Amino acid sequence: MIEVEDVYFTYPNGVEALKGVSLEIQDSEFVAIMGQNGAGKTTLVKHINGLLKPTKGRVSVDDTETTKMSVATLARKVGFVFQNPDHQLFSETVEEEISFGLRNFGFEEKVIKERVDWALNLLDLTEYRGVSPFMLSGGERKRVALASVLAWDPKVVILDEPTIGQDSQQKERLRQFITQLNRQEKTVIIVTHDIEFVAECRPRVVLMAQGKMLAEGEATKILTDPDLVSQASVVLPEIAQIFLKLADLGFPKEVIDVYEAGRLLLERFGEAT
Amino acid sequence: MAIIEAKGLTYTYPIGARPAFEDVTIKIEKGEFILLTGPSGCGKTTLCRCFNGLIPHFYGGRLEGGITVAGLKVADNPIYELAQHVGMVFQNPENQLFALSVEKDIAFGLENLGVPREEIREKVDWALKTTGIDDLRDRPPYELSGGQQQRVAIASVLAMQPEIIVFDEPTSFLDPLGAKQIFAVIHNLNRDLGITVILVEHRLDLTAKYANRVVIMEKGRVVLDDEPQKALSSEEARLIGVGIPKATRLYEYLRANGISLSKIPLGSEEAYQAIREVLAA
Amino acid sequence: MSMFDGFKFRSVSSPVHRMDPRAKFFYVCVLFAVAVMFNQMVPLLVLFIIQIPFVLVARVQKEWLRSMKGSALFAIMIFAMNLLSLYFYGGYASLASILERSLAMTARFVVLIESFSIFFLTTSPDLLGLALEQSHVPYELCFAFTTAVRFVPVLAEEAQTIMDAQKARGLELEGGNFARRIRNYIPILIPLIVNAIRRSLELAETMESRAWGANKKRTNLYVLKASQKDFLLILLSISLLAGSIYISAFVKVPSLTEVLLV
Repeated sequence: MIEVEDVYFTYPNGVEALKGVSLEIQDSEFVAIMGQNGAGKTTLVKHINGLLKPTKGRVSVDDTETTKMSVATLARKVGFVFQNPDHQLFSETVEEEISFGLRNFGFEEKVIKERVDWALNLLDLTEYRGVSPFMLSGGERKRVALASVLAWDPKVVILDEPTIGQDSQQKERLRQFITQLNRQEKTVIIVTHDIEFVAECRPRVVLMAQGKMLAEGEATKILTDPDLVSQASVVLPEIAQIFLKLADLGFPKEVIDVYEAGRLLLERFGEAT
Repeated sequence: MAIIEAKGLTYTYPIGARPAFEDVTIKIEKGEFILLTGPSGCGKTTLCRCFNGLIPHFYGGRLEGGITVAGLKVADNPIYELAQHVGMVFQNPENQLFALSVEKDIAFGLENLGVPREEIREKVDWALKTTGIDDLRDRPPYELSGGQQQRVAIASVLAMQPEIIVFDEPTSFLDPLGAKQIFAVIHNLNRDLGITVILVEHRLDLTAKYANRVVIMEKGRVVLDDEPQKALSSEEARLIGVGIPKATRLYEYLRANGISLSKIPLGSEEAYQAIREVLAA
Repeated sequence: MSMFDGFKFRSVSSPVHRMDPRAKFFYVCVLFAVAVMFNQMVPLLVLFIIQIPFVLVARVQKEWLRSMKGSALFAIMIFAMNLLSLYFYGGYASLASILERSLAMTARFVVLIESFSIFFLTTSPDLLGLALEQSHVPYELCFAFTTAVRFVPVLAEEAQTIMDAQKARGLELEGGNFARRIRNYIPILIPLIVNAIRRSLELAETMESRAWGANKKRTNLYVLKASQKDFLLILLSISLLAGSIYISAFVKVPSLTEVLLV
């Protein structure tokens, strides 16, 4: 379980990025931290794997404060996939890249081999085992970075803006993948500003603005509230925009899914005839 | 005469085993707004680099077939000549700004062309105003947000007053609000200044409503080239898996269940209007 | 703040900042020449003191003190080395003269650091690049210079991000023997270099797309015009140079001991 207690954080250059954020994330949850660029989303999640330590307040993972652990120790439990895979890739082959984390954490060679095979298979990268990661396409490199983090089987997986530059098929695959991770009882936290992606996945949403947590709760509730959305400087999902305008005709406002929208409309059209 | 005309265009990268795109035949008229989309790896990014000569002059490789832009044959003209007619805005805002102030960056292209100082000054001022960033004039690039940087990049291209501007996924690194602002700027350039726009994008929900034509590529070929409503409500688009706007998908769902809206919506406003009509009836 | 902040441009609106870099550079060169001319403490002290008004007018005291503090270590080393070598090999008469000589060498170093620090603190890289251009340095070099300066903060941030990303994969950067430490930096250096190459490719694409190389004669939005103040500085520098040459040739400069004993 992850506990963030009244955390304040100021960067060395004086920017106050977090102004009193409190949050609790249970095991196996799927949470989306949302907000405008600069709202403090990435700053917040960097506290969870100990890259940043709070200026004030406390962050605990499984009842141990992050200040009492090194980043390497925390990383064993909390995997963090950075936005740009090119900030991580450096090995001669995909295989070596994936074993990097495993080696750092002191796994035995035999186990490393097993885990590498497993991770390659999980992310459809087996054919690229001996290929240099620099030769792969952007989407493939993202998968290698993800594989290299999942390889050591962390309990928590944090994905920082995983949908940037992805086409809709890749996003759909990502969505299914996250569902799979959740089923394996992993806690998944994504930092994103992709409203439509969140509308498809419907995780628990934590909405941030200017270093503070504005609101948190079900995606359907948060993303359809026009006041919250405008305060956070994000946009309403397309479907929600339509239904907001239809509210005066008695339609429910908290609709973000195309199929649900379609069914509701069909019902109404059916009544009319 | 079309402002861009490509016939049977095929291109293979120097280290490529297969062509990045094949047999592309396309005609673009002055003032059009083309939305170019398709799954990753379909060749759209490579194709748009043919418009200003980066392919073949910068990248090398083998370009077969012919392409003419603003009356110039791309293969026979150097990039600096083509760049005066076709501007290009890239994905990463950070790597398009070199100077230590916004003003100097916008002036860069004109300085390269040897334009006299007073003229540079005029065009820089005009570009700043047109993109709405006059207040950022003296700022250094690292102080700006991604959205502001991208607007500086657009202004830098605009200052050279090209007839065509190509945008290669310009909002990849921006949040939805920042993206919307950029698309609004692009729309204004097309509508008010008559600049021919080619926009490569995945975010069709934010952009389809501005385009008069959608071109969908898959595995190196152009598979669909039609007006947005027809292209995005087609079976092919659905099968290829491009990001069809939710409003259009709603239209499709209703149609499949017997309800026809009066027109095919590309955005929430259009969808709302059409639904309202049906409900009123 | 680190020692390097004593050499990083600080944007302040001051007359010194607005001066033509070419004039300022000439002044720094003259100072260099004069510092080399004298072996005695008195003139070197004078040189040190006359620069302080510049620091105050430019309002960069804090940063300048940083560079002074940073150079203290080197200064001590220079002093010690000179002291020892003169003592054992100099064949000098008195301890006092050895001390003075060593002090003077140190002072020379400090005066140079002082003047370069002031120069870089008060000259924006923009103007510096422009000065280079107008001094007929090939444009490619000037461009490389200003672009490098522009990207320093970006690369620094990227290096930090890469370190974070690898730390998050269990990489320990501290501890271990020397060889191990070097090996630990490979996962940092390789992405840094690869990304720098990717970045320069993208930059090159953008440059080409903005008609790089279109005209052999590039024009410029800005132009450096030397003002009265700049000519005054150049005049002062020349007088300083001339005066120093005269003094060092014809006037017996008192040593520190002589001054103190008087």
